[in-house]
Amino acid sequence: MRWLLVAVLAVPAAGALLAAFLPTKAGQVAGTVAAAATLVLSVPLYRDSWFSFGSAAVRPWHEVDLSWVPGLDLRFHLGVDGVSYPLVVLTALLTLLCCAFTLWRAPAPGRGHTLVALLLVIEVGILGTFLALDLVLFFVFFEVVLLPMYAVIAVWGGDDRAHAARKFVLYTLFGSVLLLVGVFTVVVSAGTADIVALTGGSELSRGTQIMAFILLAIAFAVKSPLWPLHTWLPDAHTQAPTVGSVILAGVLLKMGTYGLIRVAVGVAPEGARWAAPALGILAVAAIVVGSLVCLAQTEIKRLIAYSSVGHMGFVLLGIATLTATGIQAALIGNVAHGVITGLLFFLAGAIKERAHTGELAQLGGLREQSPWLAGILAFAAIASLGLPGLAGFWGEAFAVVASLDRGGPLWTTLAAVAAVGGALTAAYFLRLLRRVTHGPAVGALEPPGLARAEVAAWAPLVLLALIVGLLPALVLGMAGDPVGALVEAVR
Amino acid sequence: MTQSVDHVALLPAYLAAGTAVLVLMTDLIVARRAAVLAVAAVGALATAAGAIGVGLGDDRQTFCVPDACSFVANDRSALVAALFALLTLGVIALSAATKDVPPGEYAFLLACSMTGGVALGSAGDLITLIVALETLTLPLYVLVGLRRRTVESAEGAVTFFVVSVVATAVTLLGAALLYAVSGRVHLATLATGLPDLPLTGAAVVLVLAGLAFKVAAVPFHAWAPAAYDGAPVPIAAYLSTASKLGGVIAILYAVVDGLRPALDLAGPALAVLAVLTMTVGNLVALRQTRMVRLLAWSSVAQAGYILAPLGAFMLADGRTDEALTVAVSATVAYTVFYVLLELAAFGAVVALRPGDDGGLIADYRGAARTHPWVGATLVLALVGLAGLPPGLAGLFAKVVVVRSLLDGGAGWLAVVVALNAVIGLAYYVRVAAVLYGPVPAEGARARIPWAVAAALGVVTIAIVVVGFAPQIVLDLA
Repeated sequence: MRWLLVAVLAVPAAGALLAAFLPTKAGQVAGTVAAAATLVLSVPLYRDSWFSFGSAAVRPWHEVDLSWVPGLDLRFHLGVDGVSYPLVVLTALLTLLCCAFTLWRAPAPGRGHTLVALLLVIEVGILGTFLALDLVLFFVFFEVVLLPMYAVIAVWGGDDRAHAARKFVLYTLFGSVLLLVGVFTVVVSAGTADIVALTGGSELSRGTQIMAFILLAIAFAVKSPLWPLHTWLPDAHTQAPTVGSVILAGVLLKMGTYGLIRVAVGVAPEGARWAAPALGILAVAAIVVGSLVCLAQTEIKRLIAYSSVGHMGFVLLGIATLTATGIQAALIGNVAHGVITGLLFFLAGAIKERAHTGELAQLGGLREQSPWLAGILAFAAIASLGLPGLAGFWGEAFAVVASLDRGGPLWTTLAAVAAVGGALTAAYFLRLLRRVTHGPAVGALEPPGLARAEVAAWAPLVLLALIVGLLPALVLGMAGDPVGALVEAVR
Repeated sequence: MTQSVDHVALLPAYLAAGTAVLVLMTDLIVARRAAVLAVAAVGALATAAGAIGVGLGDDRQTFCVPDACSFVANDRSALVAALFALLTLGVIALSAATKDVPPGEYAFLLACSMTGGVALGSAGDLITLIVALETLTLPLYVLVGLRRRTVESAEGAVTFFVVSVVATAVTLLGAALLYAVSGRVHLATLATGLPDLPLTGAAVVLVLAGLAFKVAAVPFHAWAPAAYDGAPVPIAAYLSTASKLGGVIAILYAVVDGLRPALDLAGPALAVLAVLTMTVGNLVALRQTRMVRLLAWSSVAQAGYILAPLGAFMLADGRTDEALTVAVSATVAYTVFYVLLELAAFGAVVALRPGDDGGLIADYRGAARTHPWVGATLVLALVGLAGLPPGLAGLFAKVVVVRSLLDGGAGWLAVVVALNAVIGLAYYVRVAAVLYGPVPAEGARARIPWAVAAALGVVTIAIVVVGFAPQIVLDLA
């Protein structure tokens, strides 16, 4: 099965090359086929057992470990386990949906095959980040994403795309250069870059761990993004084309939270314990600030973008508790946010395209003009606000529960405030629904019906939001043991 | 006392000097541009081959006094000589489109400069080092001013000349003071210990300051943008690659080999130089509107990254033998990556505007659409200089520097380097965006001379190869 790990990266890379060099239509088709093949290849990475060789805190189901640049401690070391597997499949799925969607309609100014090629390069970067078991390799893949995403926003974005793209790339580069320094702080003092060996932090002194955690946490906080380092996100999400927003919100942000769990907490647990209260406070601040800002938004994409700040706040709160429940909540919150926000951005794109505006004041009466669109939007919004039975519920509820479990005045207060933030989330999504779906029709929607491609792109996400909501064990089951081992090692 | 001279050790230098003479004669006899350039190219190639051949053999030395030699031929000198010869070859190829210069003088001066570079790698004492460096630089004053009928060209040449002569004088003064306090000029004997006198400190700083001019380190950088912009673009490429390489090699030889006992003095000076150079270079580059000036300022900033690993010498942790090796190989590795990327960037500029000057950045709007391959190469080079994928070579270059700094315990300097990379990206990405901007009007596609295309292709392939297999460069360093 080892070749499968390499294939999951090689296929989209080859697809990107094909898509870039073939003529427009053929390139798009080739790219989409590659994206589909990647999804097909990523699913059988699953292994229905807690792989119990050794006592390491990270026990990958499959592993590839090849020497690449010995002079830099860089090994081509890939592996997949219960923490990364759901994210890998989610990435493959969302990329496929985006490529297929582009096949149906490439955003202006066209050149769909280049867009597909860039999406596939981004996929390689994201998958590589999730699969890397070598710190330096992790950093390299982390960097791969930057410029293709910049190009996606800068070329296919909205009116203010140049500014948004530049802000995105400089901000996130700021994060990843700190990641570089943090990674080598660890590598130089531990003498190895192997995440498997480093998890638990036994080889590093307390001072090094705190230093490394600060650097890594800031790096991942920019990507996640954690308030107050989030300011690149609303612009980037709003200006990016629909597929760009879906990938950004759906999986790109997860590189930050995944890195926080696997790298920052895993490698520098002493630092994580030291910084946990600060992280928790910032996370709750993000929840509250994100929700309040959302209540004041007048543009649909911007509102959804800011809602990510709040949702990622819940994820980070879960991680900050450093408990098994909290990290499990973070993982399922990650997946749920990817599915639901991906869907929300697809819907926002569809609405904007039909109404030619995203201003809430100029939308309205969607329920009458396009009942299907309104229905799916209501479903996604309700899933996002955390109704029990849908995917969004588990991450938010269990982050609060984990925080309560930690006990003590600080964490109890944080839990309480986070719960209030959850209520605010409901408030702004209901406000969104009232403004968009209800009320008199303000402008005309053209066409009112849904295209077959749209249904095809959205249906898997709707189903996943339901399935993850009803059967959270799908994600939690496979993550349980690795998270347990991680929490054990971190303690 | 008679001395036997080891002519094999001197072979690369003979070949380089012979190239210069041959070029001059070809120009007299044949007087055709193509022939002159071809002879220069063949000579450069022969020099590179000779250097590699000598380097593969045993270490040799010549012009010796009892305890040290002035001319050393070892693996390191072979690498330096081969690099200079190959860079010269690349620049000659890029010059295929440069029509507004007299070809004979042009190629002759380039070959002379190459001779200095080839000798530089073998220098075993401070005087040989300075003379070799001056031989490398002196022809460049003329080359910068060689373009016919341009005021900028003359201005750039004069600035360059005045500043550089002062720099050489300062370095010589430093070397003289060192001789005054220690009675030695050989690097190997200087390294055995220096007397603890105030004058020693002054001498070290003077040597360092003079050499900092050559790499265009802030605050000794003011000549660079004017000289780059006034020169023919291939010469700007030579300035930012070969000339800078010469400065770096000289600093490494003088500071690390010769002045090792004074590293506690040179370390902080180098750290300050590095920080100033990268920060000022990057900040000023943000505001440039002319392509070559932007590249000039960016290469000022890159000099800061090159010097940064040496800044680790300021801490005692960074002065152990092991840390010293790490820092030196990081500097060499970064320099090699940088030289490749810079050559590709200038090569692409030449290919996009054959025979013209660099022009405004705005003139390049849409260039990557009309010339997809050349545009992609330029973007690859720029992104590499910024240190991001797909410019993996540049990414690994930054990684090498940051790693060596953390190895030497200079974490703060690593953070400064990292943050500078963010500032740097701001202008590199601006140029990349212009390249992929909408095409203004259908102009005639300039034909790219095959020599330029070939040189650019080879350099690009080299960049891609070392991007995926950076170990090649790390092993060399």
